[in-house]
Amino acid sequence: MRRDHTVTILCTAFVFLALAGPWLPQWAMFIMTVAFARGLVVLGLLLLLRAGLVSFGQALFYCLGAYSAGALGRFFGVADIFVEMAVGGAVAAATAFVLGFLLARYRGIFFGLLSLALSMILYGLLVKSEALGSTDGFNILPSTLFGLRPGAEWVRYAVLVSAAAVALAAALLVHRYLDTPLGRLAPAIKDNEIRVEYMGASARRAVHVKYVIAGGLAGIGGALAATAVGHIDPEMAYWTTSGEFIFIAILAGTGNVAAPFVGALIYGAIHTMAYDLSPNTWQLSLGAALLLLIVFLPEGLWSLFSRYVRHS
Amino acid sequence: MKIVNVTHGSFYGIGAYAAASLTAAWLARGYPPMLSYAVLVVAAIVVAVPFALVIERAILRPLYARDEVVILLVTYALFLILEDVVKLIWGVNPYFIAEPYALLGSFQVAGMAYPTYNLVLVAAALFFGGGLAWLLHGTRAGKLLLAVIHDPEVSRAMGVNVGRYYLATFVLGSLLAALAGAFTAPTVSVVPGLGVDVIVLSFAVVVIGGLGSLPGAAVGAAMVGVVRSLSVHYMPQVELFVIYFVMAVVLALRPRGLFSLAEPRKI
Repeated sequence: MRRDHTVTILCTAFVFLALAGPWLPQWAMFIMTVAFARGLVVLGLLLLLRAGLVSFGQALFYCLGAYSAGALGRFFGVADIFVEMAVGGAVAAATAFVLGFLLARYRGIFFGLLSLALSMILYGLLVKSEALGSTDGFNILPSTLFGLRPGAEWVRYAVLVSAAAVALAAALLVHRYLDTPLGRLAPAIKDNEIRVEYMGASARRAVHVKYVIAGGLAGIGGALAATAVGHIDPEMAYWTTSGEFIFIAILAGTGNVAAPFVGALIYGAIHTMAYDLSPNTWQLSLGAALLLLIVFLPEGLWSLFSRYVRHS
Repeated sequence: MKIVNVTHGSFYGIGAYAAASLTAAWLARGYPPMLSYAVLVVAAIVVAVPFALVIERAILRPLYARDEVVILLVTYALFLILEDVVKLIWGVNPYFIAEPYALLGSFQVAGMAYPTYNLVLVAAALFFGGGLAWLLHGTRAGKLLLAVIHDPEVSRAMGVNVGRYYLATFVLGSLLAALAGAFTAPTVSVVPGLGVDVIVLSFAVVVIGGLGSLPGAAVGAAMVGVVRSLSVHYMPQVELFVIYFVMAVVLALRPRGLFSLAEPRKI
């Protein structure tokens, strides 16, 4: 059996990033932080995709995480990045736990559309709530770390390294989870759910667990994005945001826990470049890229890499 | 066809834009305004049919064998592309063609003025809905199409040209979306992003009704329309999400929609 280098590669990448970080330009740090936030959401999506479920509503938890983080700062004066992420993740996971009882019964298109409906309900609520800034959203306090406030020129770096650390922890945990019996059920559920039930496992419970994990990860990602951008608005719950996450997941492929982060980074780069080249037609470039990927690289960019590894 | 088609929203938008610009040109030349209704229809046909033909043949056909979710993503990608193409062709400024709307005037119902054009829209919806039902259940081609949807492989073995049915269905569906856009164009200002709202709404409608069911779609549309009007009237602050709330409730009670068809279990 081929040895799995995922853990080594991930840890090396983290150390490298932490060391090289101070020399990166500010805009690159920002793009990378946002990429980590998106990567966390997509990591959750990866779990669901492996079970054959496409959630068109991860924006629900992304937005919940962001608004929890925002509410902490607005109503309690807490701006610590780790507290924000923990609370954002917890709120999102709790919501996912409750919604999971409903959603775990659905498969295929219905799962996608129902999750989309749920995220649009949140969007509708937020747009109409004056206390949370309605369509404009509101700004978020600058972050602190464990109560320390880094100097202005170090804030971006500190946020980046915290983001990377959380992403690393999440990736390692999910990697472990994929090797547990519950994690290994995912492809079986995708393949043939009735056989899973005949084996004595509960597909619904497995899907529920995955949904809660995915929700929690999306919440952490949302809180992280909120502190990195410094502003939140209801657009985070709109269905096109979920579309973005699915785009990244397809771009990256579901082969490895590192793929979502690489995918999110590439997506950030494509997005920024497309926007830079032609501000009015960046959707066109994105759509074309998505189309080409689905047609020519159905397993995502990661399949290029794993094919290369298999050959050597 | 078991295709959840996000591009449908784009066809709606394109239909609206084509109708708006063609009708505006028609009226600017001083041609009889009464014929502008025909122009609306012609505009929708002229843009939708070639577009739909190309998309089905070139992009969707090679992907039918893949998962239905993959097709959903492909149409989403096409939707992103077409959104920007619309912006490139027609710009970002709104278009107005109120003439067909104003021309018919309005009449009084219980002391309130009601635009006649809206009544024409209702008639058109009934006509197309009824026509579609007749096509599917009353003609040989329609029945064959139902068979093709149920099992393409067996249909092919029976000598049905499955590819041609897929093509015809996609073109017809897209044409209906473009017609809907063209008919709506006189009542609204035609702006970019017109298709985005419509597509999510129409998903809500078909999911409430049950995917692939005509009476379901009609009932779903009526439910969505009534619920939305009621909420605008009584509780305007919930208007945006009440539709999705209805959809979530319907799915919670009937997981496959109100008029769902039975599905075979595959072991």
